[in-house]
Parts: sequence; C-alpha cells; structure tokens
Amino acid sequence: MFDESLKSSALPKLAVWKFASCDGCQLSLLNCEEELLTVAGAVSIAYFPEATRGVVEGPYDVSLVEGSVTSPEEIERIGQIREMSKTLVTLGACATSGGIQALRNFADVAEFRSIVYAHPEYLSTLARSTPISAHVSVDFELRGCPIDKGQLLEVLAALVESRRPRIPTYSVCAECKRRGNVCVMVANGTPCLGPVTQAGCGALCPTYERGCYGCFGPQNTPNTAALSDQLVAAGMPPEVAMRVYRTFNAAAEPFRRESERQERAVAVAGKGAGR
Amino acid sequence: MADGARIIGREQLARLVEVLAARGYAVMAPTVRGGAVVLDEVHGVDELPWDVGDVQEPGSYRLTERGDGAVFGQAAAVKAIKPVLFPPDELIWRGHRSGTQFSVTDREGQPQRPVAFLGVRSCDLRALAQHDRVLADRAFPDTRYLRRREGVFLAAVTCADPADACFCTSMGGGPHPEEGYDLALTELVDPHRFVVEIGTELGAQVLAEVGSEAAAPEDLAAVRDQIASATERMTRSMDTDGLRDLLYASAESPVWDEVGNRCLTCMNCTMVCPTCFCTTVEDVSSLGSADAERRRVWDSCFSEEFAHIHGGSLRTEAKSRYRQWLTHKLGAWQDQFDALGCVGCGRCITWCPVGIDLTAEVAKLRAAAPLSVGGAR
Repeated sequence: MFDESLKSSALPKLAVWKFASCDGCQLSLLNCEEELLTVAGAVSIAYFPEATRGVVEGPYDVSLVEGSVTSPEEIERIGQIREMSKTLVTLGACATSGGIQALRNFADVAEFRSIVYAHPEYLSTLARSTPISAHVSVDFELRGCPIDKGQLLEVLAALVESRRPRIPTYSVCAECKRRGNVCVMVANGTPCLGPVTQAGCGALCPTYERGCYGCFGPQNTPNTAALSDQLVAAGMPPEVAMRVYRTFNAAAEPFRRESERQERAVAVAGKGAGR
Repeated sequence: MADGARIIGREQLARLVEVLAARGYAVMAPTVRGGAVVLDEVHGVDELPWDVGDVQEPGSYRLTERGDGAVFGQAAAVKAIKPVLFPPDELIWRGHRSGTQFSVTDREGQPQRPVAFLGVRSCDLRALAQHDRVLADRAFPDTRYLRRREGVFLAAVTCADPADACFCTSMGGGPHPEEGYDLALTELVDPHRFVVEIGTELGAQVLAEVGSEAAAPEDLAAVRDQIASATERMTRSMDTDGLRDLLYASAESPVWDEVGNRCLTCMNCTMVCPTCFCTTVEDVSSLGSADAERRRVWDSCFSEEFAHIHGGSLRTEAKSRYRQWLTHKLGAWQDQFDALGCVGCGRCITWCPVGIDLTAEVAKLRAAAPLSVGGAR
C-alpha cells in the first residue's frame, strides 16, 4: 500500500506504449497485483490501453515502451512518443534488442511474406526488427522476456524518487551463486547461458536445475566466444551453439556476433564434409 | 596427531548430530543438493552423503558411487562455511522516514541459531582462519561476522580422497585438520569407524556426551597411512616461492591476454572461493514505502561495476579483472594480511564453467617472467 505520508500533490504522468510485441511486458505491470495500488498511488496512469479506456492527453513524465520497431508507421510513432515524454523507459527483449521477431534480420522478409500471406502487397513491413534505441534516445532499458516485475517496480521507484535504479548489469551467475545454487553447467553438464547473460531474473531457470536461456540479453562484458567454445567442446553441435543465441535477444550485438560466428563454423564444416 | 585420540562408530556419529542439535546448534553437514555435495542443515545422519564420491576437474563436477560406504569420501563441498558465517546478502540496518525525521528501526536482522559444522575440511578451517583475520582481527571488526563466528562448533574431518582440482599441500595445508577445530574425525572404512581427535574443552564435553572408546595404536597408524596416501595423490600444485614478487613483476605479462580471452567474467570463482570477501553496500527503498534498508551483498572483482569510479570503470577488460583477482589473492594479500589468500581447495578450478586453473596460470606467468622473479625453470 502506498504510504500516505509520502504523497505529493503532482503525481508523475505515466503512459504505456506498445510496439511489435506479445504484450507480456506491459502485462507485468498489471501482474503487480499486490503492488498495483502502490503504483497507482505513486504515479498517475494517463495512458495504458491494456488497463483502461481512459486517456489523459500528453505530454507525459514517464513513457514505458514495449515492443520493437518493425514497420515504417512505427518509426514515425516512436518519434512522436519521444517528443511528448520527459523520460522514456523501454521494457523487455523486443524493445531493448528487437525481440524474437528479429530472427527476420537473419533471413529474407520478402520470402516470408510471400509464403505466409495471400496478398503480401497489403503488408508494409521493414526488413529488420530493431530496438527502440535504434530510433530515439532511451533513458533506461529494462531487460527480460518478459521483464521481472520487481525490477519494473524498482525502476518506477527510482524515477519517482529521482535516484538511479538498482539494476545490475553483471552475469546471472552472480545472483545464482548468491542464491546458493549449484552450477548446472559444471555439476550436470547442462548448457547454460548464465555466464554471458545479464542478471535480473533471480537465476530463475538454474534454480530449477535448467540452463539459462539468455532472456535478459547479454551481460555488460559477455565472453560469448569462450562460452560457445566450451559448449562445443562438451559436445554441443555448432548449429545448436548457433541457435542458443537466436532466441529473444538474437539481435543483441554480442549474441548476433556469436551466432554468426557459429554459423560460419557450420558452413566451413559443411564444406569440409562435402569434399 | 594429538595424544588421547578416541574411536566412535556409525551409531555415535548419529549420536554426535543429536547431541549437537540438543545443544541448540543448527547442524551443517555434507549433503547432496542439486547434483553436488554442499554443506547444509541436516537433521540426522541419514541426510549425509553415504557412499557418495565426487570427481572434480577443471570446469566439471560429478557425483560417483564409492562402493566402500564412506560418508565423508568427497573433496571440498561447493558451499561450506563462507555462506553461513558471511551471508551473500545481509541487512545492515532498516530505517523509517516520518516527515523530515529519519530513524533506524533495526540493526540486528534475523537472530540466528549457533551453527555446528560437521565434516568441514582442513582447507575450510584454513579459509576460516583467513576470514577471521580479514573480518574480525582488525581495528574495525565486522560485528555481525563476529557474532555468528563466536558460537560456532567445528567438527572437521580428514580429507581421505582429494580431487583432481585439489592442491592444498602446496599452499601450506594438507588433508589432515591441524588446528582450529573442536573435534577432528578421520573416517576409516574397514571396519567402519571414526578416529576422533579433541581440539578444545567444548569438543571434549560434546564427545563425552556422545560416548567413545580409546583409539588403539593400529587406528592411529591407519590415520597416518590415510594422510600420507591422500597427500601423495594430490598431484596438482602451485609453486609459491617468491609468488608476490612474481605477480608484481608480471603486471604486463602476455599471459593475462590469453587468460582474459577465456575468462567469462561470470564471478563463479569468487563466489565459491572460501576466502574472497568483497562486498558492496546497497541502499534499498521500494515504491511508496517510507521504509528503507541498507544491505551488504557479495560483490566480485570480475564485475565491471566493481571498479567503477568517477568517469567509468578502471577494469573494462576481462584480463585486467583476472589479473586483479590473482594478484590480490596471491600477492597483495601477503602485504595486506601477511598470508596467502588461497588455501588450495580447488573450488575456483572446478566451478569455473570454462575450467580456468589458477595453478596453470601461475606456472605460465612464472615461465614468462624474467629469471630474477621466475625462479628455477
């Protein structure tokens, strides 16, 4: 519950925007449930179509943006949102790296379009899915697929209190070991992207003895090449070592670079086998 | 080995756990969790890793079946004393704001039961001595650590079956606990029994409650044989001669570039290291709350943020972080605390996901160093 003694007269105006995405990240805000009244006490929800039909006109103090840019219309719209937002925070893998739909960046969109749609000429889509930061300046990027609601509340608290959000950029391993987990990669040989992935989920998958899928994107100094070399040495075929990086953050630069390195390794191996 | 050693059987080992629990201790002993042996709270000897062995190599850990029924037949547990006495995340204080006033409402955190460690190794005791030196024996001791440390009961065991990753003998230790314990057990399997050495008056009192017999000369001979055999099987080693000067002279060594290419900067090594003690302090406030907390959380020199000062991080590259870690652990630690910061437990070797081995890195540095600090080749 919001502590009434902290109440200020002018609440920051919050808007929530959607681009190419599954809605999961903005749903994290509604999923706050217990904390929702606290959020409503700390900010004025001015625009949030998933939650309310009520619309308060901009400008806005804080815009939360979900999704990636995949169409010409979206390039224009993100520019308008930036213009009417004092602070712009992007939410989730789509908005921060292009999302799973950035798999198109590695393929031919025109070909997809012709196969999937009866009338591809009606579609207006871009060849690449790009993060919001490729188009406008972003004040803070919150990672995850989906984002962690605790981290979302932390970012909102930091904005309201005018302080830096306490969002670590180091590896999942740090929070995994602090939590007391045994390393799944060392003890079970389970492939895990934890060492190259940014913390924030509380090491959710390794806590349940699963390998990390990298849904929070690269940590700030990821050594993807060394991790892949280890995975391949432990028996992972290079085409799989390529695919582990081609998920929610496929277009995040370190993951893209590594999957393409593995792709070249597969191509070289293929040529060798063909001789 | 001390005079007056005693003998207990499997029933008395169970009794030892009961006696310690009855005295109010949380008994932390080896047990299998998540595919590895860890020290965790147990409520009876059934939870101990009977007949479980381990294979620990660079970047790999596997449990095995021993076939001899031994209960302490593993090398260093991934988690031992450190996370208990020096928790990864602890409250320093909690405060409340009312209007323009601010008051501290809690400085204590959750009270903890005293802890009895059963089955810790000589390397664990030596790491504990390092933490005592670093955290407690200084002008400004860590009071929370001291409070937890003071009530501790330590029942150590001889490490009968060291792992491939172990190298404690070259770091001044060995498989047999030499000091700093209340009781020290050596497990003998044929027939199954435990030779118990008494380290303190408290240890003697606990053992008296458990009940024991005098050890025979053959038992003591078997203990000596076990120590000799374990020492002999520890083939990994580190040459510590002139190590500090070697590291200081190697600041620009190309060896760092090579290890920096392999290092994941994931922090696993520092998290499992029983002597690493770096922390950060976080101020935590939550949305719409007038309460705030200051917490102390494990940090690591492998994080870029760790070396963040005005204008940016001092150590943006993996190689500079690895160099910082090794140079502190084996070099600067000697200037700071008059000891080596490594006890040779091998955890950082086993639990590094890419199997970086500090003993190999030290050997490479030595080989690449000028003769004046490199020593004999």
